[in-house]
Amino acid sequence: MTMMKKLLTSAVASALMVGGAQAEMSNDTIKIGYLADMSGTYRDLAGPNGLKALEMAIADFGGKVNGTKIEVVSADDRNSPDSASSTVRRWVENENVDLVAGMVASSVSIAVSKILEENDKLGIISGSAASSITNEHCTPNHIHYVYDTYPLANGTASAVVKEGGKTWYMLTADYAFGHALEGDVTRVVEANGGEVIGAVRHPFPTQDFSSFILQAQASGADVIGLANAGADTTNAITTASEFGVTQSGQTLAALLLFLTDVHALGAETAQGIQLTTGWYWDMNDETREWSDRFMEETGVRPTMVHAGIYSSTMQYLNAVAATGSDDAQTVRQKMMDTPINDMFAKNGKIRVDGRMVHDMYLAEVKTPEESKNEWDLYKILRTIPAEESYRPLSESKCKLVNN
Amino acid sequence: MSMIFGVPLAVLSGQLLIGIINGAFYALLSLGLAVIFGLLKIINFAHGAMYMLGAMTTVLMFDYLGVNYWVALLLAPLVVGVFGVVIEYFLLRRIAGQDHIYSLLLTFGVALMIQGVLINWFGVSGLRYTMPDMFKGGVNLGFMFMPYYRAWVIVAALLVCFGTWFVIEKTKLGSYLRAGTEDSQLMQGFGINVPLLISLTYGFGVALAAFAGVLAAPIYSVTPVMGSSTLIVVFAVVVIGGMGSIGGAIITGILMGVIEGLTKTFYPPASSAVIFLVMVLVLMFRPSGLFGKEA
Repeated sequence: MTMMKKLLTSAVASALMVGGAQAEMSNDTIKIGYLADMSGTYRDLAGPNGLKALEMAIADFGGKVNGTKIEVVSADDRNSPDSASSTVRRWVENENVDLVAGMVASSVSIAVSKILEENDKLGIISGSAASSITNEHCTPNHIHYVYDTYPLANGTASAVVKEGGKTWYMLTADYAFGHALEGDVTRVVEANGGEVIGAVRHPFPTQDFSSFILQAQASGADVIGLANAGADTTNAITTASEFGVTQSGQTLAALLLFLTDVHALGAETAQGIQLTTGWYWDMNDETREWSDRFMEETGVRPTMVHAGIYSSTMQYLNAVAATGSDDAQTVRQKMMDTPINDMFAKNGKIRVDGRMVHDMYLAEVKTPEESKNEWDLYKILRTIPAEESYRPLSESKCKLVNN
Repeated sequence: MSMIFGVPLAVLSGQLLIGIINGAFYALLSLGLAVIFGLLKIINFAHGAMYMLGAMTTVLMFDYLGVNYWVALLLAPLVVGVFGVVIEYFLLRRIAGQDHIYSLLLTFGVALMIQGVLINWFGVSGLRYTMPDMFKGGVNLGFMFMPYYRAWVIVAALLVCFGTWFVIEKTKLGSYLRAGTEDSQLMQGFGINVPLLISLTYGFGVALAAFAGVLAAPIYSVTPVMGSSTLIVVFAVVVIGGMGSIGGAIITGILMGVIEGLTKTFYPPASSAVIFLVMVLVLMFRPSGLFGKEA
C-alpha cells in the first residue's frame, strides 16, 4: 500500500514537474548576462576573453536550446559591488536575464548572489576566489565553479610547509577575497605544524610594495605568503626580487597566480614558484585542442577561468535543454545531478552548497630553459583529488547544508 | 633593539627611506602638474596617462627597437613631450582662457581614450621590463637592504626636480615664461613667441611625467592602468603644496611619500587614504595650500 502510494506521489510529482517545466520557459529567449572586470586589474584573467569563451560555448551548443534562441549581454563591473549590483538588478528585474556568468572580484560575487537570491535567478561564478562564497555567503541561487581559496591554501601552503617553511608572514589584499585566503592559509599552515607570525593588510590595488616587503623581511618569517591577486601579486613578486627576499633565505609563496600573471612576469622572474590551479591548457589532448581554438579567437592561451566559463556555460545549456526550463531551481538541481566530464573537469560535481568540486593541480613555474614558448609555463607536480581539495560539507557553515 | 611605538627603530628607518623614494616619484609627478597649472592654468588630468606612456614607451622601444634604459631616459620623455605639444596645439589651445573645468574635462577625456586604446592592445597584466644589469642587486645598510635602483631613483628625481625649479624661478627663460602667462600680449609685443612658449611648457610638463614613467618601468608592472590611481594621489599632493607652487610641489611630494610610508608601517589599511586626509586638513586650515600664495 505504502509502496503504491509512493509510486503514485512520485508519478504525480514528476508529471507536475514536467508540466511546470514547460510552462516555466519564462519568455522566448534564454538570456545570459556576462559580468566581469573588463578594463581594470582583473581584466586579463577573465574579461573580454571570458566573453569569447562564453560565446564559443553557445556556438558549440548550436546557438539555440530546444529551438529557443540564446542571447548574451555583457557589462563591466569595474570591480565595484555597487556598480555590479545595479547592473544585475536591471538585468534580472527589467531585462529577463536568466543566468549571470563570469564574476571575478569576490566582493562583486557576494553582492550579486544576494540579488540573484531575492529574484530567484541563477548565477555561475567562475572568476572569484573567496571560499566564503559557498560557505557563509552561500545561496540556493549560485554555483561557484572553477576554484576557491580553500584548495589554493591546501595545495600551495601545505606543500610549502612540508618543505620546511614553518613560519609565515602574510601580505593580504584588504577585502573579502584576501581575508578569506588569509584565513584558509592560516588554517592549513597551523594544521601542518607551522605558524603565521604576522600579517599586513594592504589596500587594493597597491602599486608600491616596498614598504610591506620591508616589514615582511623584518619579521624574519621563513615564508612570505601573498594573499592577493593580479597586478598586486606581480608587483609584490617583482619588488621582493628587487629587495633580495630570496637571497636572504626567505621563500615567497604566491597563493593565487593566473596563467596571465605568470606570463606577464615571465619564466625568468617567476621560475620555481609553486602554485595551485584548477586547470592548465597543456595537460592533455582535450585541453590542448580547446586551447588552440581559444587562441585562434583571442591570440592568447586561456586561464583556468576562461576554460571554466566555457565548461559551466555548456553545463548550464545542457541542463536547460534536459529540463526544458529556465527556472533557476530546476536548472540548478539538474546541474547538481549531472557529473561534469569535459575538457575542464573529470567527474566534477556540484554540491548542495553550490561548490563545484573537481581535481586541482599543484604546479611549478618552469625555468627559462624548460619553457619551449611564451605560454609553456607550468609543470604539474601533483594532482590534488577533489575530495582532498575543497572544504568538506561537514565543516560547512552554509545554510543549505544540514550540520 | 630600541622601539618607537612598538616598531623597531631599524624598521622605522627603512620605512622613512622607502617613503623618501616614493616621495621622489610624487615630487616628479606633482612638479609637472604644478608647472602646467602654474604657468598655463591648465588642470592636466592626462598627467597619469603621460606617466604611463613614458613607461610603456620605454618597454616598447626596448622590445621592438632594442633601445636601452639610458637612451630611453632621454628619448621616452622626448617622444611623450612631443605628443603633449601635439595635444596642446590641436586641442588645448582651442579652449585657452575658458574656465578651468574645460581643460580638466578635455584632458580627462584624452587620458581615458589613451588608456582604453592601450588596454585593447596590451591588456592589463603588465609588460615585462628587465632591470638594467648595472642596477641589479643592492647594498645592506644595516637597517635595510637598499636596492641600487631605488637609490638611483632618488638621485635622478631630485636632480630633475631641482633643475626644473632652477630654470623656472632663476633663469631668464623662466622669467619669460612667467611673464608670458601673466600678460601674453605685452610679451608678444617684445617679440617673444608666446604660443610656442606655451606649447613647449605643456610638452615639458608631460615630459616630466614621462620621465617618472621611465624610472618606474623596471620596478612596477607596466600596464595601461598604472597612471590612473597615481594621478589622484598626485593631484592631492599638488593641492596640499599649493596649486602652481613649483618648490611647494617638490617638498610636499617627498613629505607625502614619507607620511604614506609611515602609515603603511603603523596602520596599513589607512595608507591609501592618509594623503587625502592631509588634503582635507590643509584645505580647511590653509585653503591655498602649504606653499601657495593667497589667491
